[in-house]
Amino acid sequence: MLTRISTFFHQHPRLVLFLLLGPPMIYMTVVYLGSLFMLLVNSFYSIDDFTGMVIREFTLKTYAQLFTPANREIFVRTASMAAAVTFVDALIAFPLAYYIAKFASPRLKTWLLIAVTIPLWSSYLVRVYAWKLILAKEGILSWFINLLHLDGVLEWLLSFEAIGGSSLALSPIGMFIVFVYIWLPYMILPIQTSLERVPGSLLEASSDLGAKPFQTFRNVILPLAFPGVVAGSIFTFSLTLGDFIVPLVLGNSKFFIGQAVYSYQGTAGNIPLAAAMTMGPVLIMIIYLLVARRLGAFDAL
Amino acid sequence: MTNPSTPAIRFDQVSRYFGEVKAVDHVDLEIRDGEFFSMLGPSGSGKTTCLRMIAGFDKPTSGHIHLYGQDVSNLPPYERDVNTVFQDYALFPHMNVGDNIAYGLMIRKVPKSERTKRVNEMLELVKLSGYAGRKPSQLSGGQRQRVALARALINHPKVLLLDEPLGALDLKLRQQMQVELKSIQKRVGITFIFVTHDQEEALTMSDRIAVFNEGKIEQVGTPAEIYERPASTFVAGFVGTSNLIVGELAKRITGSDQTFSVRPEKIHLRAVGDKIDGNMISVDGVVRDVVYLGLYTRYLVQIDEGNDLVVIEQNLKTTSMDVLSVRGQKVRLQWHKDHISRVGG
Repeated sequence: MLTRISTFFHQHPRLVLFLLLGPPMIYMTVVYLGSLFMLLVNSFYSIDDFTGMVIREFTLKTYAQLFTPANREIFVRTASMAAAVTFVDALIAFPLAYYIAKFASPRLKTWLLIAVTIPLWSSYLVRVYAWKLILAKEGILSWFINLLHLDGVLEWLLSFEAIGGSSLALSPIGMFIVFVYIWLPYMILPIQTSLERVPGSLLEASSDLGAKPFQTFRNVILPLAFPGVVAGSIFTFSLTLGDFIVPLVLGNSKFFIGQAVYSYQGTAGNIPLAAAMTMGPVLIMIIYLLVARRLGAFDAL
Repeated sequence: MTNPSTPAIRFDQVSRYFGEVKAVDHVDLEIRDGEFFSMLGPSGSGKTTCLRMIAGFDKPTSGHIHLYGQDVSNLPPYERDVNTVFQDYALFPHMNVGDNIAYGLMIRKVPKSERTKRVNEMLELVKLSGYAGRKPSQLSGGQRQRVALARALINHPKVLLLDEPLGALDLKLRQQMQVELKSIQKRVGITFIFVTHDQEEALTMSDRIAVFNEGKIEQVGTPAEIYERPASTFVAGFVGTSNLIVGELAKRITGSDQTFSVRPEKIHLRAVGDKIDGNMISVDGVVRDVVYLGLYTRYLVQIDEGNDLVVIEQNLKTTSMDVLSVRGQKVRLQWHKDHISRVGG
């Protein structure tokens, strides 16, 4: 009996493929793409200002609201934060990834990779609250800055309207520090992967042909690792763009996209505006991914 | 200008240890200006480490390396007038063929117009004209090989290092590249140092060969010297096939129990009872095995317990029928006294 079933499957490979791939494909299309589609549909509805009820009629009114100065500011603020976090993460991640990929012994490499990924094992929420304590006015970071007699510098930085606040724990600077920390592993790993694939002989060849270390870095290492940097930036940029926890815990009254979406769909009950607001990052990320694909980032994942 | 008598490369008691492993152990070596020099040996014999120390990728644990009289032992690769053709070619995958070849010139800020001119000259030299715009991934193994060669030669290095560059090519292409490499070397007149584990390759191309074993050089000499007069049992065994005759039999033949070697093609197969010439050495044995190989036939002849000699005879008149019928018969082996080569240990 079993043999006959096996033979039947052997003779019908397409059926096997369908049975194996069918359920996950149905899940993907119905649950994942379906909900995304519902989001899109909802973004074209509007809300009745008087009753607060959703009017299920096609309109671009909700999208028009995105272009109010307050909402425009939210987009610019969030995108700037995402860009800054991505840039600094790339700067920090590159040397680390380079060391892990090219210099660390196999043993050390394992340990370093564990060290990089260990934070991902603990709850993100816990880590954000931990940072709130670190960044607090009486926290360890302030204490350390005082120790270095740099408290003047800190106060000067916090005095800026755009990035400052009453303390690090309630300011864009604090958020920036936490974002950089939280998404760093997502930048290190793709860069390390892409550097891992650069044969050592290429670096030797460059040096052999007269290139000093910096020239080798610029002409060989960087171009070959660049897809990895772009791949990492997809994570850091999109994760920052959509995050609402960090601004909620460490932010001030100036909203970020995720936070705005959260409040529109929650307390305000304005699902259409929340949906329209979400389409913003989705659109930004689609463009970003298309550019990234052209730069070969998907080969480094 | 360098003095022609100054060696291109001189190793002065060079050692390289990796922990306990003595990869290169107190090596002295001189490579002459303009010669095609091969470093031959099995893997792990230290030949590649020597090459890497000349290139600067590795530094000697002790001793000194001189490049045309200058001590370069501690110079980084980019400060040595030496270029390398890598085993895996190491072409830059993100650059096209032209940019790969021009890399060294680009680094030295040679103007673009001159770069293009010299790249075209190089492409012509390696017979790849018109390939400048291609990516390395679009080339065959043999073509990549030529690009790697052009990329190294365009800098007019004092010495060109080749690290088993033909290893990845198939037999036909390899033989063709051997001839080409040799002719390119003659044209450019640069000292070539060629690392290989293929003894035939070394014999074909080299002016001189150094045979490496376990971090030491066993023998340095011309291909003929290495082949005809192997200085050690290792060289006799590694370069070509060799019959080593030891102990009692050696004593019976030469009067001394020192081991000697004789090449299979120097031995003639005769019928028992054939007359003995004064200059010839003669022993009797039984044919244990015959392998017909078309161009020639290989016989395994047992003289006595523990002494089997390999004999190679060209199939000038014989056919496989003739040679295979010899199996099991008693034969007389003869070779000229001059073809005995006493080997050390």
